[in-house]
Amino acid sequence: MVFFYRRLPSPVHAARAGVGALWAAALSVATLVLFHPLVLLALLAGVLCAGAGAGVGRLLVRSMRTGAIVWLPIVVVNMLVYHEGVTVFIRLGDLGPFGQGNLTVEALVYGAVIALKVMLLMLITTLASLTVDPDELLRIVRRLSFRSALTASLAMRMIPVLAADAERLAEAQRTRPDGPPGGARGRVALLRAVVGGSLDRAMDVAATLEIRGFATARRAPRVSRPWSRHDIAFLVSAVAVLTLAVCGRLAGAASFNAYPELRAPVSASTVVLCAALVAAVVLPFTDRRGIDG
Amino acid sequence: MTAPLLCFEGVTYRYPGAQTPALSEVSIEIQPGEFCLLAGLSGHGKSTLLRAACGLVPHFHGGHFAGRVTLAGLDTREHGPARLGALAGVLFQDPETQLVMSSVRAELALALENRGHTAAAVARGVEEVALALGIDSLLDRTTHELSGGEKQRVALGAALAGRPRLVLLDEPTSQLDPVAGDELIGLLRRLNQEWEITIVLAEHRLERCLSSVDRVIAMQDGRIGCDSDPQTFLEWATKHSPALQTPAAKLFSLAGLHPAPAGVRQARATLRAHGLLPDVDSPPIDRPKANTKPRSRRRAKPTAALECSGVWHELRKGPAILRGVTLRVQPGESIALMGRNGAGKSTLLRHMAGLLQPTRGRISCAGRVALLLQNPGDYFVHELVAEEAPAQALAAVGLAAMAQRHPRDLSGGERQRLALAIVTGSGEAPAVLALDEPTRGMDREAKSELARELRRRSEQGQAVIVATHDPEFAAACAERAVLMADGCVIADGTAAELLAGGWYFATETARILSGAAGALLPEQGAALLDIRAGASTAIDGGQRSSAVTPGVAR
Repeated sequence: MVFFYRRLPSPVHAARAGVGALWAAALSVATLVLFHPLVLLALLAGVLCAGAGAGVGRLLVRSMRTGAIVWLPIVVVNMLVYHEGVTVFIRLGDLGPFGQGNLTVEALVYGAVIALKVMLLMLITTLASLTVDPDELLRIVRRLSFRSALTASLAMRMIPVLAADAERLAEAQRTRPDGPPGGARGRVALLRAVVGGSLDRAMDVAATLEIRGFATARRAPRVSRPWSRHDIAFLVSAVAVLTLAVCGRLAGAASFNAYPELRAPVSASTVVLCAALVAAVVLPFTDRRGIDG
Repeated sequence: MTAPLLCFEGVTYRYPGAQTPALSEVSIEIQPGEFCLLAGLSGHGKSTLLRAACGLVPHFHGGHFAGRVTLAGLDTREHGPARLGALAGVLFQDPETQLVMSSVRAELALALENRGHTAAAVARGVEEVALALGIDSLLDRTTHELSGGEKQRVALGAALAGRPRLVLLDEPTSQLDPVAGDELIGLLRRLNQEWEITIVLAEHRLERCLSSVDRVIAMQDGRIGCDSDPQTFLEWATKHSPALQTPAAKLFSLAGLHPAPAGVRQARATLRAHGLLPDVDSPPIDRPKANTKPRSRRRAKPTAALECSGVWHELRKGPAILRGVTLRVQPGESIALMGRNGAGKSTLLRHMAGLLQPTRGRISCAGRVALLLQNPGDYFVHELVAEEAPAQALAAVGLAAMAQRHPRDLSGGERQRLALAIVTGSGEAPAVLALDEPTRGMDREAKSELARELRRRSEQGQAVIVATHDPEFAAACAERAVLMADGCVIADGTAAELLAGGWYFATETARILSGAAGALLPEQGAALLDIRAGASTAIDGGQRSSAVTPGVAR
């Protein structure tokens, strides 16, 4: 599944791309440094609320479902591979070269925490790709490395184009009276046609770029733009999330140990950290002024 | 006399690996402020000439280049497309490959940023070009969600953003409906007249733009066949390249009238002067009104080749693309499905072929529905023509002799026929043959060939449904026309009823003759003029000179 940016009337869409990207980066850092399941669940709730506030909630849920093929195996594999922990809930006995096959609650929970972190990172990436204008972001990068940024921009633009091409080709093959070419040879032929079509496309796009002056391209000009209320709100939110994550980690408000025995104390500071994180993530979405266009 | 803006001096060019040159000894001069139309059949060098003008030939394509091309004094051999791009904006046929950024604003800004303009100049350039082309409401939209017409406008905006002195356009209207196509030509005329932008436009449907241009350059086998004003070009085309004649010119040629008209207005003035057109048009009394109700209510025959009953296609959390379409198609009937981009034509064809399922309503069919989609190249997955379709099907479309060639080496018309062979197959003939915009980018000769093939299939009892934007093609291949708008059938009648009475969805002949007697094609129009001339000759007692009485002249 591929998600594309589309300008929607929401506070995060109205914020400048640099701030939007920074905000998403702050959420990612918080996900990486915090381990307490309750805090991670609070972050998950915050991200889902943010998705709803940005008008992309349904897409985030879809992304979460699709991501199950990644995060679900993490839980299972961790449970099967790690035999640390003292609370055995299934005894499989001696599995020969694989050693002891006892499954522990600690391995299961630790796997679930890692899966939760992976899922959160996927959701944050999806949220960023849906809400941060890639062209604006690349304009910032182009000041540093023009050609790399433009190549990235082109690659992003080609994804929907090639997806549409592939869809058209598949549709055309479905209209054959004997159906699409089957077997390995048929699939190779189909793949060759898709690749051939992509190369044709790439040639046309390259010709367009030539005419638009790619060969003589200069550094993109600096664009100065007044800071909007949403730019400021998301910048403050990013700083707040980062501060809370780092302080929570250092202060031990989100301490979590899985082995040898589960230890995830829920203190008042943990609850405060959870509430503060959700508030920091969600509050910028409550101001809906000046978000259209 | 001012220095030419674009100058070709004895240019001969051969693509890498090609045996014959795409351009041969081409010498032309284009003055600033001219609006030139580049005419010619497919493969005769129009696109190559445009690519040579902006430096893509030879810098991008390679090959063997001889002669000299200068653009505003810059030799294209010494200056590449990037440098020349500041002087010449280019718009190719497929807007999809000309949009390289994600948002419209970034797309319009790209060329300006590449050329090192300041942020203020970029912002101003983007705003101005968006306002000039009426795309300011699209600025914050993403490019992949635009319609075909919108994409074409944005691509034109990107070509114009740097305020080039010359704009080169390669069949920009081929994917647009008649309304959007006329709007684009009108826009180009405005750019030319108000800002003196020089325009070179390659186009197959000459009738759409001939009345707007100052000059026509006709390409024949890579050479300049004719370089003159529209009037002289039409005289030349009548004698040397009838496939380039506009319907109006053909009508006049068949009726023995002179001079060949460049547009409807001129044609009507000439006819009026010859007494062949009533001074004030009255609604033709012999033409029944098109029925806006589905035909099935009139003809409830049980032998329908295909029947759509109240078909709806509603997107989840989106609009309804089809709204209760009811349509009955008899065996052997040929139908032209017309309407603007987004009217629901392609969706309806996909439903007929079973690629989509109606959200409400029902489609029943007496047999298989073969659907030929817009791009024939999408069907080709093998190395040889023989591997793509059975020998019997290839023979049926006249491609048996090309069985050992690569599908992508075929010409546009041959590709279309191969795709037709693929979808029809060799087994049981499909009950319905549906075609979605089959004439996109085709020249008039290839269109006539396809129309003949469709008529042949229709005569054999196959129902043929063609979604098309081209009224001339619709009139040539269909006996019934269905007009769609906003997912509904808004008119359904004979082609003569429907294509004779409109402004946009009408043939040029019908527009010239105000739809009289349902004459759609030049041959029918000429026959009508013959009758009128005969009548007026009888009234005048043979007083009129034969030079102005077409029936007598022929």
